[in-house]
This record gives sequence, structure tokens and C-alpha cells, in this order.
Amino acid sequence: MKCKRCTAKATVQLRSHNTAFCKECFIFFFQRNVERSIERDHMFTRDERVLVCVSGGKDSLALWDTLVTLGYQTEGLYLGLGIGEYSSASQRKVEAFATAHQLPLRIVRLEDEGDGLAIPEAAFYTRRQPCAACGTFKRHYFDQAAHDGGFEVLATGHNLDDEAARLLGNVLHWQLPYLAKQQPVLQPGHAKFARKVRPLYRTSEYESATYAFLRRIDYVVDECPNSHGATQLVYKDLLNRLEQAMPGAKLTFVADFLRHAQPLFAAAPDSPKGECTRCGMPAFGELCGYCRLVGEINRRRTPAVAHS
Amino acid sequence: MQIRLEPQGKQLTISGRRRVGDVIRSLGIVAGTVIVIRGDDLLTDDDAVEDADTIELRAVISGGSR
Repeated sequence: MKCKRCTAKATVQLRSHNTAFCKECFIFFFQRNVERSIERDHMFTRDERVLVCVSGGKDSLALWDTLVTLGYQTEGLYLGLGIGEYSSASQRKVEAFATAHQLPLRIVRLEDEGDGLAIPEAAFYTRRQPCAACGTFKRHYFDQAAHDGGFEVLATGHNLDDEAARLLGNVLHWQLPYLAKQQPVLQPGHAKFARKVRPLYRTSEYESATYAFLRRIDYVVDECPNSHGATQLVYKDLLNRLEQAMPGAKLTFVADFLRHAQPLFAAAPDSPKGECTRCGMPAFGELCGYCRLVGEINRRRTPAVAHS
Repeated sequence: MQIRLEPQGKQLTISGRRRVGDVIRSLGIVAGTVIVIRGDDLLTDDDAVEDADTIELRAVISGGSR
């Protein structure tokens, strides 16, 4: 198999694009694709400061590496979720990457924040799956960090497979408000929000894993211990089987949704008008989603503490 | 050849020269869900692997909210 760009021996085969590349040409292809997504969807410019949320996984580190290479102004944000050794290992990978590339990195650890609540505690006290609290906590601390640091843009490493799985889940349950918000660029609905962007939304997991390996990025290969049996993984499995039979199906699913269907759902975007009376971040009611969740946890854990 | 599946940490042994694509299919792995690593290199489906080789099949699927 030969590289379609330079005819050297190929090391990467991309069935979805019906092509193959050598190492150097794949890295060029990957970075160019990310840059095209940023430009096509007017995500941000080189004059804007971008806060990149990095988990220690392949996608977010590949994204950060690419943005730095392309000359964008970035700073990393690592959110420590307090999930045992998984979180410790993730933080070490992110710190090692930032140090090696001399990049600015902000570290926020849930255990060290005012509410002192890590994900396992939140799941215990709410008696819900950890992922429920995790999503709420991430949104809150990402928004807060972007606001505190005066960043115009907040970038996450969501890839094509994430977007396709999310779209499949939203369509299966006809989640109209979520379909309305499923876009690679979410403009701020409040002055305290940054623009949220997903520059890897047209890049598959296979491509970001390949890029990370070829760029010698040391990432966390292990998955979050809370993800076993996750619904999103069922959707991903279905989509990967579809992709195997019909290469390019995932990209077509997401790209055609964004081109043809998403505008129909996006007619009435919903954004918070007020601010949370507890933390000051945007909120639909008196409290934001994060502070409502913390209130629920505190109500449930106070008796437990009193009896211990 | 020795095959290591990551992140599961599982080890397998398969005998005989084969193409990478055939190895992946024989293990029931869906195409495009692993990268195939030999030393510092990535392999494509039509690369051959021999008895003396050690390869890693590293899953690329991540995430998983409920």
C-alpha cells in the first residue's frame, strides 16, 4: 500500500476517505483537516485565546498538539475528577505533555475546590451514575475557568465518533433540545460563557489515535473505569459495524445532519438569561445546574456526617 | 506471533505468517477500531506479520457517558 500523496510506503490506511498515507503525509492531512474545520465553521482565529480542555486521552492531547503546531494561542485546562488512579495517571500525562512542549496549563482538582466534591462522592450521594454528575461538573468548571481566565474560546476534543454516537442517541430518543444544540460551534448565550468549539468533529477516533501515536504523544490508553457498559459505547459499536460495511458512513451521518437537518432543530436556541445566586455563573433559574446538584448532595450527606 | 490487546492487557499467540487484516478479522475485531503497532511503527491491513513478531492491537474507542 502506497501513500496517496507522495507514493512512499503507507503506514496509515483510511477506508473512510478511500486513501492511505505515510507518516509525514498523514500528520499533514490530520492537521490540515483540523485547520479546515476551524476555518469552515469560523471557530476561532489566531488572535483569540483558546482554552483547551485536556483529559490526558488521545483526542484532547492530539487537539492541543495540533493547535499549537498550527500557531493558535492556547492554554491547557486539566480537570481532576478524583477517580482514583485513573485521574492521577491522567494528570501525570497532561503535565508531562505541557512540560515537554513548554505550554501553559491550568489544573483544577475537584477535591481542592470550594465544594470539595469529587465524582465518586457525587455519585454516592445522588445515587445516580457517575457520568450524570461528571457532565454537570465538567460544564461548570470548564465555563468557570474560561470566564476566570478571560478566554474567548473553549475547545474540547470531541471527535467524529463522539458526535455520531451522540447524534444516534439524540435521534433514537428524538431529543429535540439536544439536536438543536448539536453543533461544532456553540455561540455563547450569556456574557460569562465562552464560545464552545469541537475542532475534531470531522476527525475519527482512529485518526486521532494514529496521530497521537505518530507524534509520540504519551496518552492514557485505559478508559475511565466508570465507562463500562455505557450507552454511548453501544452506539459506537453499532456505528463502527456500519462503518465497516459502508466506509464513510459516520462522516456522512454527522456532516449531512449539520448541513440539512440541524438548522431545522436550531430555530429557537435556549440560553440562560440570569445568573446563579450561589456561584454567579449563568443560570435559567435561581441556581445553575451545578449548584442545584451540589445542594442535593449536601442535603443527602449532611445526615451521614452527623451520624458518623 | 505474540499479540497484546490494549487496554485489556490480554496476550495471545498465533502461529504462521499472516496479513494484519486477516489477524484482525480472525479475532473478530471490527475494522478501524484498533491501531496495529509493531515496535515504533504502525501497520496497515496488507502488511505481513511473522511468528517472530510481537504486535499490539490498541483500541481507539474512548468516552462513554450513560
